[in-house]
Amino acid sequence: MTRWLLWLIGGILLGGIVHLSTVLALPRTAAHDAYARLLPITPVNKVVPLPTSESAIMPFMDPAFATAVCRYDLSRGALKLTAPISQAYTAVSFYTRYGIAYYAINDRAAGRKVIELDLMTTRQRDQLPEEEDVTAADRLIVESPTQTGLIVLKALSPEPGLMPMAEKALAAAQCKPQ
Amino acid sequence: MRLFLGSLLCFFVAAAVGLGATWFALSNGTAFGAITIGAWQAWPKTGTMEIDPYARAALARTGALPVGLGDGVSFIAKFDDSGRLLDGRCDVHITGTTPQARFWTITLYDPDGQFIANSLNRQGFTSQELIRNPDGGFDITAAPRARPGNWLPTGGVERYILAIRLYDTPVGIATRAGREAPMPTITQGSCQ
Repeated sequence: MTRWLLWLIGGILLGGIVHLSTVLALPRTAAHDAYARLLPITPVNKVVPLPTSESAIMPFMDPAFATAVCRYDLSRGALKLTAPISQAYTAVSFYTRYGIAYYAINDRAAGRKVIELDLMTTRQRDQLPEEEDVTAADRLIVESPTQTGLIVLKALSPEPGLMPMAEKALAAAQCKPQ
Repeated sequence: MRLFLGSLLCFFVAAAVGLGATWFALSNGTAFGAITIGAWQAWPKTGTMEIDPYARAALARTGALPVGLGDGVSFIAKFDDSGRLLDGRCDVHITGTTPQARFWTITLYDPDGQFIANSLNRQGFTSQELIRNPDGGFDITAAPRARPGNWLPTGGVERYILAIRLYDTPVGIATRAGREAPMPTITQGSCQ
């Protein structure tokens, strides 16, 4: 009897390990995460608008926004992102390959008519000539923890009739190698 | 033989407990660090590098992208103030004010996070298009049939989720109680 009880307790303890390891492994093995969903419709290093239809590509999208995505790959070098801000509210969010939101900036924080920044890996940043880093005081550099990932650009349409304006602002956004 | 049966039991229990706990945790959304204000819950840390492993796994499973903290904060409600699940066949009143933010939106989703089709093509409101009361507050009615004022169509579905997203807001990781961040009340009225 005691022996069976010990096997049972052992099983529960092992179950705890199984639980923790599946939770930790899931982000790396999920076949339908945001990146995988966007992969077929987004060319690399290019801003493409996301369709806002009833069956959205990703769940829990905000329908008040025009959305565009740049799926980036920094293996060939840093990227430059430029996004003109729309009349209402514009934000740019950065996600790693596995969907961690590591940086986000909105139009007010950017403080200009265009959100302009350089995206690079930590290694690429370390290789920057030192003076360049210093002279460009207003140059915004974002470090990506992963070589690939997603940039999501959003422009608010405060009323449904203003959606074309928001889409137009995003259509002028660019992400391209420097 | 005993050893074989014993280890078989051990592995069976391990698989059942481990996978069961994972499934339960991910389908019930047990992320840590929630801010709870009335019926509303937000997890501001999911929009940062310090996202906890449970929230990460849940997002990977659903395929959603979290709202980055530099962008805004997302509040979710699945229940009304008395703890009943939101029912699309009932009149649900969302009344009050929201925390300080440059813009905010309220959106209605089915439990999978997809929009519910309706003839008005209305999935939510932005803070600018709402009809306000003289005191600046608002009253939104989520109901299956048209209502005067701010009507949010539910399509008569059994279950749905409400999301309020605050953009460019001081609400964040340091926010604690409802006094700092007043969220609207959710009350369920008559049902069809």
